[in-house]
Amino acid sequence: MYIYNQHDQQIVEQRAAQFRDQVKRRLSGELKEDEFRMLRLQNGLYLQIHAYMLRVAVPYGLMSSRQLRMLSAIATKYDRGYGHMTTRQNIQFNWPNLEDVPNILDDLATVQMHAIQTSGNCIRNISADQLAGVARDEVVDPRPYAEIMRQWSTFHPEFAYLPRKFKFAFTGAKQDRAAIKFHDIGYRAVKNDTGDIGFEVYVGGGMGRTPMIGKVINSFVPEADLITYTEAIMRVYNQFGRRDNKYKARIKILVHELGVEEFTSRVDAEFAALGREGAVPLDRAEIERVSAYFTDPDYAELPDQCGALEQNLLDNKDFSFWYKQNVLSHKKAGYAIVNLSLKKPGVPPGDITDKQMLVVADLADQYSFGELRSTHEQNLVFADVRKEDLFDLWQSLRDTGFAEPNIGTMQDMICCPGLDFCTLANARSIPIAEKITRRFDDMDYLYDLGELKLKMSGCINACGHHHVGHIGILGVNKKGTEFYQITLGGDATDTASIGKIMGRGFPEDEIIPALEDILKIYIDIRTPGERFIDTYRRVGAEPFKAIYEEFSLRGAEL
Amino acid sequence: MKIIKDKAIVEDSWTHYDGTGDIPAGDLIVPLAVWKEMDLSGRKVGLRLEPDDHPGDMVDDLDSFDLIAINFPSFNDGRGYSYAKILRDRFGYSKEIRAIGDVMRDQIFYMQRCGFNAYEVKADRDIKDALHAFDDFTVTYQTSADEAVPLYRRK
Repeated sequence: MYIYNQHDQQIVEQRAAQFRDQVKRRLSGELKEDEFRMLRLQNGLYLQIHAYMLRVAVPYGLMSSRQLRMLSAIATKYDRGYGHMTTRQNIQFNWPNLEDVPNILDDLATVQMHAIQTSGNCIRNISADQLAGVARDEVVDPRPYAEIMRQWSTFHPEFAYLPRKFKFAFTGAKQDRAAIKFHDIGYRAVKNDTGDIGFEVYVGGGMGRTPMIGKVINSFVPEADLITYTEAIMRVYNQFGRRDNKYKARIKILVHELGVEEFTSRVDAEFAALGREGAVPLDRAEIERVSAYFTDPDYAELPDQCGALEQNLLDNKDFSFWYKQNVLSHKKAGYAIVNLSLKKPGVPPGDITDKQMLVVADLADQYSFGELRSTHEQNLVFADVRKEDLFDLWQSLRDTGFAEPNIGTMQDMICCPGLDFCTLANARSIPIAEKITRRFDDMDYLYDLGELKLKMSGCINACGHHHVGHIGILGVNKKGTEFYQITLGGDATDTASIGKIMGRGFPEDEIIPALEDILKIYIDIRTPGERFIDTYRRVGAEPFKAIYEEFSLRGAEL
Repeated sequence: MKIIKDKAIVEDSWTHYDGTGDIPAGDLIVPLAVWKEMDLSGRKVGLRLEPDDHPGDMVDDLDSFDLIAINFPSFNDGRGYSYAKILRDRFGYSKEIRAIGDVMRDQIFYMQRCGFNAYEVKADRDIKDALHAFDDFTVTYQTSADEAVPLYRRK
């Protein structure tokens, strides 16, 4: 992974010092709360219902065991002993004191971490495919480019006070695992006919109250132009994005209101002008310098078939379920990719304790070259595990609580913090997620349902990505009572679509019965092997509307 | 009034004038409409830009101004950063570009990187303290008005 040089290190240290001074000025009353607000947000510090929340950046989801140990120490020392993995691959601490945050930032800086631009109306921490560098379908490893863009966007002086927040995502694979069509800018690294690397650029995707799928505005931006082209997009947005209404301020609205053609022509004009003004192309030497940090680890030459593994799979049914569900094939023979499930009945999705972090760090050292990744689906990944080690690793993960064989199933749900923590939320989401994972805890049933993306948000801002859930749940509040709307048919991948609202919301006690009814209908009408999303696409929403009849039959009031 | 100019605290020689009342003596900073409509000959004139006034719309007139003041009605509205950058890089404006309005210490570092060289720090803030802004960071990654090459080429 990328290792800071003295300049990178200096920048995070100076940031920590700057923030220490800002906190001091806030505590002395010199900075008013609304002035401090923008400053603390650009450093990932939110004021939530009960306390401050600090969001620490995990650039493109890549972490070392050393960094994870520091996160564990922070959770122990400054928080209540746990952290929370977010839907953008970052980690949040829910209970720090304002006075302690400068010390936390100093501690983070010692392991080359920070909270820079994890919030605020600026370019946020960059997310990427969690399987970058190891996926079989990868064309270009996006991590060096994500790191280059991390550096470029860090304290970019022109784009710190944008109309609204701004999110980049990178992939370099054929299959999109980074939801690039639901980001302000999504980049897919590709190679052209002559083998040159460039980027397919999607702009204006996003969720929130106006979900939109990003549009391709350029199908091949050569790597040398990556920064300048991005600068052109950002400058068009900074000047012309709406600032009169917070809910219409994202770039998706600008793209929508101008039209893709007009937006693209403004970007092209800006790009051309920047070129005339001496924009510096991204040079190959720098790409190679950064790429050198993302070379393959020291893989052993192993046969792809592993006799011990085959035997264990035959002997141990639980292990074989886990293997089938949570382990992915690796580009390198004899290696595998392991998902650590942070979804377990009784635990909020994405939560991880300080003690678990220490165990995971040790396991990463022992089995996966001391590195791990976080995923936008709020799980962790060991990217480079020898097949012959899988059985031992599985046993350790089981002891730690991360071997639930539920990746990709309905239990592997994305969920926002909801009304239990968040000042924006209208409804609770974690307790509902908990009810769902407890009710749908029969693995045979879950495996029979197959891949099913369930995503839940506690308000229209859609942090739980409900718009792109095969089944989405949205918490709303009507006259002081929480209701939950169900959407069907969302998809965050290459076949992107936005879920459609089924109809009126259900009271809390009726969500589980409604989900049961939806799944019953699906099981009745699916063709053999057909995933939920495919059935929905084949038959449409109509057959599923029967859930409202069932609802009435139960005597509940609509 | 004291302002920061070229990283030093100096007495300001300019007066803001919005077109109402008698025309003050001396050098004036005025909105575009006032400059167009009133006779301001015999003095230096500075142009006051609001976020909705795009510098691209007045390219031909830029030479007439000895100063351009970009207003930040709220520090949250970041359009002025792009305007300063465009004035310097695209239109070659080389005289004073001044930040006015909601200007505080914590924005000044970014402002100078975008091409501002003068700042009317908000009246209720300590202007001496604001001078520290230039020292917030000694290293920056990007090219900008104050750096022609990115960090990786500077080593």
